[in-house]
Amino acid sequence: MMRFILPLILFLILSVFLYKGLGRDTREVPSPLIGKAAPAFQLPTLQDTAKQFSPKEMLGKVWLLNVWASWCEACKDEHPVLMEFSSQKMLPIVGVDYKDKREQGMDTLKNAGNPYDQVISDADGKVGFDYGVYGVPETYVIDKTGVIRFKLIGPITPDNLRDKLMPLIAELQAK
Amino acid sequence: MRYFLIGLFCLLPSLSFAAVAKDIAEDPVIEMRMMHLAEKVRCLVCQSEPVSTSHSEWSHDVRNIMREKMKEGATDQQILDMLVARFGKSVLYDPPVDDETAPLWIAPFVMLFIGGGLLVYQLKKRRSKVVDVTLTPQDEQRAAELLNEPSSKDSQA
Repeated sequence: MMRFILPLILFLILSVFLYKGLGRDTREVPSPLIGKAAPAFQLPTLQDTAKQFSPKEMLGKVWLLNVWASWCEACKDEHPVLMEFSSQKMLPIVGVDYKDKREQGMDTLKNAGNPYDQVISDADGKVGFDYGVYGVPETYVIDKTGVIRFKLIGPITPDNLRDKLMPLIAELQAK
Repeated sequence: MRYFLIGLFCLLPSLSFAAVAKDIAEDPVIEMRMMHLAEKVRCLVCQSEPVSTSHSEWSHDVRNIMREKMKEGATDQQILDMLVARFGKSVLYDPPVDDETAPLWIAPFVMLFIGGGLLVYQLKKRRSKVVDVTLTPQDEQRAAELLNEPSSKDSQA
């Protein structure tokens, strides 16, 4: 009897691992920044270079930092979702125009609409590097104390917005 | 005239020189050091390629940042630490042994131990199955007959 049960058990264990591996995205690297303070920076806004933005301004609020670019194809898929979400006014959304030409970034927002409360220009990608950005779009949820609580690699979709982002935001806002 | 035109066309490629992408530091020592270090870093966009050979934008940026930091006098370890702090341990091709990665390092030895144990167990079990029997004279005669059979057949043939 043992002869059949043992291999069966081993097979089942292996299947569980393989099944789990099937659904995993190996490109998604867990960020070491989660649970850490959002890196400080000071950057000019996209529309007005004289105006500066720093994450310090957002202390006391739960907010979203969304890294995008006019050259990024996946951002185009994300854009309508972000437009819809920002119309709900759940929380401030700050956009980072990553490694982009200022005019092209502004053109994109003019043509497709601007879902952001503020947009900043990270033309040389230095801030993106500090935030561990390696593929746009990426979205960070930052809590009232300025700590990064979640990082989404890849576009916001109606599904991950409903199942991951919104519950987390509501939970952080209640704190 | 024809030969003149052909000659003229042959000269055309000389006009098509392109600017070489400036992807090397002025200082060859830093460049060598950087390339050596970049071999140890995984390109997160391409995953199975080191930053040293990858053509992705991201790798290009990482190489530039490495050069910059080296010029500022950072040690190799400081640069690796900086990358790990931002992108996690998976940027290193040779991740350190710590609480998180320990299972990965230990797993092969655990499996070897389990496999070896099973092998020893099976071999022992098999040995215990083989029992010495004392043969009766009849058995011995039968065994001798069976053993001699082929040779007797040979002689018949």
